Amino acid sequence: MFRRLRTDDLTTTIFFDGRPLRCRPGDSVAAALLAAGIERFRTTPVSGTDRMPHCMIGNCFDCLVEIDGQADQQACLVPVREGSQVRSQLGTGRFDAA
Amino acid sequence: MTDAPRTHCELAIVGGGPAGLAAAALAAELGVETILFDEQPTPGGQIYRNIEANSRKHDALSNILGADYAKGLALVERFRRSGAAYEPLSAVWQISAAGKLGVSQKGRAYLTRAGRVILATGAMERPVPIPGWTLPGVMGAGAAQTLMKASGLVPEEPTVIAGSGPLAYLVALQVMKAGAPLSAVIDTSQKGLFETGFAALPVLSGFGRDLLKGLSWMAALRKARIPVFSGRNLAVEGISRVEAVSFETRGKRQRLPASLLLLHEGVVPNNQITASLRCRHVWDTAQMAWRPWTDEWGATSTELVAVAGDGAGISGARAAAHRGRLAALDAACRIGRISRAERDERALPERRHLQREARFRAFLDSTYRPTEAVRRLADEAIACRCEEVTAGELRAFVAEGFTDINQLKSFSRCGMGQCQGRMCGGTVARVLAQSLETDIETVGYYRLRLPVKPLPVAQLAELGNAERDLRPSPMGVDGDPSQRV
Repeated sequence: MFRRLRTDDLTTTIFFDGRPLRCRPGDSVAAALLAAGIERFRTTPVSGTDRMPHCMIGNCFDCLVEIDGQADQQACLVPVREGSQVRSQLGTGRFDAA
Repeated sequence: MTDAPRTHCELAIVGGGPAGLAAAALAAELGVETILFDEQPTPGGQIYRNIEANSRKHDALSNILGADYAKGLALVERFRRSGAAYEPLSAVWQISAAGKLGVSQKGRAYLTRAGRVILATGAMERPVPIPGWTLPGVMGAGAAQTLMKASGLVPEEPTVIAGSGPLAYLVALQVMKAGAPLSAVIDTSQKGLFETGFAALPVLSGFGRDLLKGLSWMAALRKARIPVFSGRNLAVEGISRVEAVSFETRGKRQRLPASLLLLHEGVVPNNQITASLRCRHVWDTAQMAWRPWTDEWGATSTELVAVAGDGAGISGARAAAHRGRLAALDAACRIGRISRAERDERALPERRHLQREARFRAFLDSTYRPTEAVRRLADEAIACRCEEVTAGELRAFVAEGFTDINQLKSFSRCGMGQCQGRMCGGTVARVLAQSLETDIETVGYYRLRLPVKPLPVAQLAELGNAERDLRPSPMGVDGDPSQRV
């Protein structure tokens, strides 16, 4: 859905559901996932439908993912960190993860 | 950033966009001990997002973002030089009327006491609750622009931009310049820019550049043969993601395939903190949004708290910096760094600029009435994205007699999800007002609860007992029916 204007500065690696993604230092987790073509960030607790980020500035909470064991993280507000394990959040998320 | 969080400061500023940066820089220059808290990793706010890094290189992105964006660098540089402390990646999850801030940073929470607070929390895109707007592939136009500024991401599949307001056209132009496949623009504004633009020329003398800029964006679209439709009653089609958008144009329904649909119906003040503080709010009929009541310095009805920039009513990035400086001058005066006479004199040039900006804003407000934000919601349209409550379900609750907005919240769960009403508050009020055939002022707004940002219980538990003072003080109850206790 999105492409990067530059690909010569992708020096950080994070993992989404175990799959490695190359990204730029300074990317938000949400930007890194969208650049990798990921559309299902989470499923809703009510109906289980897929969601991806809608606002990108911290208001809509549709980008909620699990980051390094912590559920309910706003992917649009968290910068990528080398080696981070990001997981899609299904329903209410796993609260026993950490 | 320091290792040990500061326990107090003279002035806390929340938000690192033009208002917050200008306020922090001037306050610090006047000798006020100032801390600026911001959720983002770098200063600039959404309008000048990532401006420092993007200014260092001259590549395709600089050309796409343009000269107005580049102007933000001066604000950031003055802020960096000013000596104001800077706390990025910090979520402010409470502000008490006594000036106590709850901050969450690097996975831990702490409290800090401020002698005065300037909220510069800016604006958010007005939610556009059309049928299907929760499907993957539907975003705000501003959201796509944020991806460009912050990460150099541009759409790569057929994109449709639908909405009203200058940002819709600016994003269209930027997407096009980035070489992205822009299929069409659906303009939902009531009147065309040409009709209103020329009718408004007498009041717009001095704004030729801004007006021409707007017209040049439209001319660029036309030159590139991007179809521009005048459309109403939008709906998103798709099962697991967006496949197309349909709309009414010239009396018939038209359908455009789209992989990415960018919606935009203007921006509204981000009021979460002032509403949680129960500051007095006023309904702005021209902008169709609540804003906190403020005096000419940005001071709210809550003694220690001021608001500057778009958070106090939309007036744009240029005005935001001036409004930030006015709030900083007032803070410096209250704290005793400058006299009242000096405050008033230093305010004069800022006010002159603001008067100028106000004329152009009045033109924009009347041209870009957000039509999709006032019409009756389709019954199947989701009003609350978090709890997945449709307009039809809300109407059924109202018919059963749940006619108070907070009653409606409790029973429908609208506003009780993760976003705490940010995305649905305006919509629920609108559905309720239309059902009751009354106005938004009568319906009011949700009573908001602390914390205003979700906070892991573990972080809250790690705060010392003595520091736990999470109760808001009920005050400033006049003027806004949502504040009825």
